[in-house]
Amino acid sequence: MRALALAALLVVTGCGTSGTGGDGRLTVFAAASLTETFTRLGADFEAANPGVDVVFNFGGSSALAQQIGQGAPADVFASAAPANMAQVVDAGGTAAEPVTFAANRLEIAVPAGNPAGITGLADFADADAKIALCAEQVPCGAAAKRAFEAAGVTARPDTVEQDVKAVLTKVRLGEVDAALVYRTDVRAAGGEVVGIGFPEADRTVNHYPIAPLAKARDAARARAFVDHVRSDRGRAVLAEAGFDAP
Amino acid sequence: MALVLPAVVGLAFLLVPLVGLLVRAPWGTLPARLLSPSVGEALRLSLVCASLATVVCLVLGVPLAWLLARGDVPGRGVLRALVTVPLVLPPVVGGVALLFVLGRRGLVGQYLDAWFGVSLPFTTAGVVLAEAFVAMPFLVISVEGALRAADPRYEEAAATLGASRWLAFRRVTLPSILPGVVAGTVLCWARALGEFGATITFAGNFPGETTTMPLAVYLALETEPDAAIVLSVVLLLVSVGVLAALRDRWISGPS
Amino acid sequence: MTLHADLKVTRGAFRLDAELVVEPGEVVALLGPNGAGKSTALRALAGLLPLTGGHIRLGGQAWDVPPDVFRPAERRPIGVVFQDYLLFAHLSAVENVAFGLRARGAGRAAARAEAARWLDRVGLADHAKAKPRTLSGGQAQRVALARALATGPDLLLLDEPLAALDAATRLHVRAELGRHLRDYPGHTLLVTHDPLDAVVLADRLVVLEHGEVVQQGTPTEVARRPRTDYVADLVGLNLYRGTAHGTTVSLDAGGTLTVATPATGPVHVVFPPNAVSLHPDRPAGSPRNAWRVTVAGIEQHAHTTRVRLDGVPPVLADVTTATVADLRLQPGDELWAAVKATEAHAYPS
Repeated sequence: MRALALAALLVVTGCGTSGTGGDGRLTVFAAASLTETFTRLGADFEAANPGVDVVFNFGGSSALAQQIGQGAPADVFASAAPANMAQVVDAGGTAAEPVTFAANRLEIAVPAGNPAGITGLADFADADAKIALCAEQVPCGAAAKRAFEAAGVTARPDTVEQDVKAVLTKVRLGEVDAALVYRTDVRAAGGEVVGIGFPEADRTVNHYPIAPLAKARDAARARAFVDHVRSDRGRAVLAEAGFDAP
Repeated sequence: MALVLPAVVGLAFLLVPLVGLLVRAPWGTLPARLLSPSVGEALRLSLVCASLATVVCLVLGVPLAWLLARGDVPGRGVLRALVTVPLVLPPVVGGVALLFVLGRRGLVGQYLDAWFGVSLPFTTAGVVLAEAFVAMPFLVISVEGALRAADPRYEEAAATLGASRWLAFRRVTLPSILPGVVAGTVLCWARALGEFGATITFAGNFPGETTTMPLAVYLALETEPDAAIVLSVVLLLVSVGVLAALRDRWISGPS
Repeated sequence: MTLHADLKVTRGAFRLDAELVVEPGEVVALLGPNGAGKSTALRALAGLLPLTGGHIRLGGQAWDVPPDVFRPAERRPIGVVFQDYLLFAHLSAVENVAFGLRARGAGRAAARAEAARWLDRVGLADHAKAKPRTLSGGQAQRVALARALATGPDLLLLDEPLAALDAATRLHVRAELGRHLRDYPGHTLLVTHDPLDAVVLADRLVVLEHGEVVQQGTPTEVARRPRTDYVADLVGLNLYRGTAHGTTVSLDAGGTLTVATPATGPVHVVFPPNAVSLHPDRPAGSPRNAWRVTVAGIEQHAHTTRVRLDGVPPVLADVTTATVADLRLQPGDELWAAVKATEAHAYPS
């Protein structure tokens, strides 16, 4: 995943140096969990603004924040966690105050048919069940930790993955019996993965901030994209994907 | 001059990032970090798994190399190409392929699970398998090259002296291709030690069980870049140490 | 216990079809030009190449009777000395000699002791621990011989055993090899393209050309009555095919020769190069055979000069250095060649 992000960065950097600031390009760095929704919103934006070419760099929020800090040519940053946005803000990288445009919460994901008969967080303490979680260092892992603390459950994972997509893959392949992933991920996986809600999910709500960046080549266009995400159309697309309203 | 300049650039390209790693290393806190149990655990696991994977590669790869170099098999060219596929396959894809075959619902894995209760993903054995899958082509190519360079008539001479194929291979061929086998083993071990993609995909990541050094580096990068650098430096030093120890063999290559 | 081999091997366009019989204690030399099938024959006997037809039997044992029986090399009681010896580079001389004994089940100590005895027999007791690359060519050849003989094989196969040696060493090693072969009670087949090796070492010559036996017999028989150009050239004789009508033979390649003994029908006519005399003009007197020739080449040999002459027929002449000087021989010179009828022998082909 990281390698992919870096490769994308190289491509983006390469294009940025060869093009001029006045072209129609808009570069958006967005959290990986926004891949499907932002791709749709980007297409809408291009249709509404002829001559604009929206380019995305999807990746882990912390990696994206680091890349922006290292001078990657981004116009807009949409993060899956306020902490990563704060990094960019602290470095003076934003052109306006970040605004929260969506929220996400964890769900229990089980393979279709729920072979292990998982019903709630308590089953995550079962040594016989194969469990996958996000590593605590990444936002979905931190959120999972909060949920287990609230439920008083000591989870016994068989693997702690580096990002939520990797966790989801293990569920899709049926390699694990249960995992905690974002509700949007369950939704995106279609019929292969079944989501199960749990009471402690409120403790796992994750806020998504977005902001135009200080080094944007066209500040007005960057602001317009942020507004587009926050528009009714934007909210509808996000809600359809399983995001909560902010 | 036409060769020297690109050569120097090439050398710099390979070495400067490593130097950068060393420059950025937090030398002050290095000893404390090195002695932390999690680093020791990851390092121990890495060394054990890479070594076990190398043993697996030797046991399976040397006979395979012999088959490719000497065997009377139809479609040897195709077979040779297939064996090297893991070299070009993104390791992550290799990991997914392993899941499809050896996972709980995999072609073979489902029977392993149903009949023997054996499940390979998320286990140390899974790490060894993933590393062996990615590293074996290095060994096979190296040994096969040495075998093809070796004169098969020595095996014939051994046969006329009453040696079975196996004895001839063990006592005559293997000693003559030893430099190639050693070079292949080192390459294979080094590749296994640095393996990341197939391991994390097939074996997952759990400290003490499947978290090898490269996985630990990757995880640490998320939150603690300094720790990641320390882990990388350790990995770098271990690899350089081993490669340097075998340098003579390495440089002489298969002969 | 006689070795009977009817070697039939077909590989692509090449066909080997040769019968060989070797008695115990006999040394047979398989002689032939490159590509004649000598190596194929040796490999088939060694079990490194299966026959496609015929058979190999030693006494009552079948070694190769396709398609039913094939004993691979490691199960045949053979010893092979390869052209470049193929000593195992990582083993010492004594370990090389002991290899066959170990492979055939001898204990380590017993094998070593026996190997040491063999090294002693070939005069290399001092070099037991030497690695092959430190040995001279002659020494390596002797280690290879000891290695082949140490297992007490029934059939000893020698593949150009002296070819890798320089001329001086070869003389000495050839004599020594001859001694060992005389002592060896089994069957020996020597593959060579060097007639001198064959004549000195072998009891019987078998000449192979294009995969077929063209002639066999004792060295003297073969030298006196060569049946093909190759054999004639090999033993240094002029050989022609022709048709005899009494003492006159019309040669297939053109020209006629007069021979001393009358014959009828297809014959070979043979005379040695030193029976040919050269003259600036048509010689007068007794010679019945005289014809115009052109000097095509001159080769200096140890005691004589061999002159290759084009004409009808072409001919080889051995002349003295004095003659070369007298005639001021140069390539392109036109001369008369003469051969006495009494020197030219015809025998039925």
